[in-house]
Amino acid sequence: MPVFYGTEIASALMLGTALYPSPAILAEAFRRSGAGVATVSLRREAGGGREGQDFWALIRDLGVRVLPNTAGCHSVREAVTTAHMAREVFGTDWIKLEVIGHADTLQPDPFGLVEAARILGDEGFRVFPYCTEDLVLCDRLLRAGCGVLMPWGAPIGTGRGLMNPYGLRSLRAHFPDVPLVVDAGIGLPSHAAQAMEMGFDAVLLNTAVARAGDPAAMALAFARAIEAGALARAADPMEPRDMAAPSTPLLGQAVLA
Amino acid sequence: MKIIVNGEGVESGAATLADLLVDLGHGGAAVATAVNEGFVPATARPTCPLRPGDRVEIVAPRQGG
Repeated sequence: MPVFYGTEIASALMLGTALYPSPAILAEAFRRSGAGVATVSLRREAGGGREGQDFWALIRDLGVRVLPNTAGCHSVREAVTTAHMAREVFGTDWIKLEVIGHADTLQPDPFGLVEAARILGDEGFRVFPYCTEDLVLCDRLLRAGCGVLMPWGAPIGTGRGLMNPYGLRSLRAHFPDVPLVVDAGIGLPSHAAQAMEMGFDAVLLNTAVARAGDPAAMALAFARAIEAGALARAADPMEPRDMAAPSTPLLGQAVLA
Repeated sequence: MKIIVNGEGVESGAATLADLLVDLGHGGAAVATAVNEGFVPATARPTCPLRPGDRVEIVAPRQGG
């Protein structure tokens, strides 16, 4: 099971809490998934409003580790301030750091991300950076103090799967001891299994479960796919080859032609 | 005085950020605050004065991915 900043998590599935049809379906999806981490955010609360308080009570009842995000932040200052607010409200120094660089693709701003990661690391945060699979960026994030990397599989909410398997494999090969999480772009359980087969430590997803016709059933499907992928990785998969190789022995075959 | 709370103009007589939260009904709710884009920890709210035109942000837990 993945270990983030010295804390072992009970599942390699990290699940978002947005976009579910209802709070009850969200809770059922988490129960079926066995997810060990829930991502959450902060948004404006009207005076006397109960929405945020009720949501927070629901999440606490799930009994999972909470990972607040800085979603929607486009500047270092916004992200750092949001992280401080999240640490106080959620009572955790874990922060999923998002510094968005492009409004359409929601692609991370690599320059702002490294700067914010360094500031937050110095201030005692445990940073989970939402990043691209760029090897140099990931190296800079590690040098800025990050103990986890969370490259995207594809842009947030697209469900297109792992768009750059080569780049993701390269990260695994270059950083064998760093916890790696595919974050964003996962659409199907097979995508999650693929990430685990590559040797990733966990998968973070939201829309693929929340927007499924039956979120709770899809959550279970993801849990099983992730378990299968992890088992396959541990079982040391065969190397692919270009030429056919018969699996049935040639020796002893009757001559009938 | 007029201040801006979560992007909306508000008439308030609150002397401090802590007073404003009580006036708006946040009481002991799990919220975080910022004034003029700077984080204000809960412990500092009673000593955080409000002035006309201040921009106050009050946020609470929400769904997130």
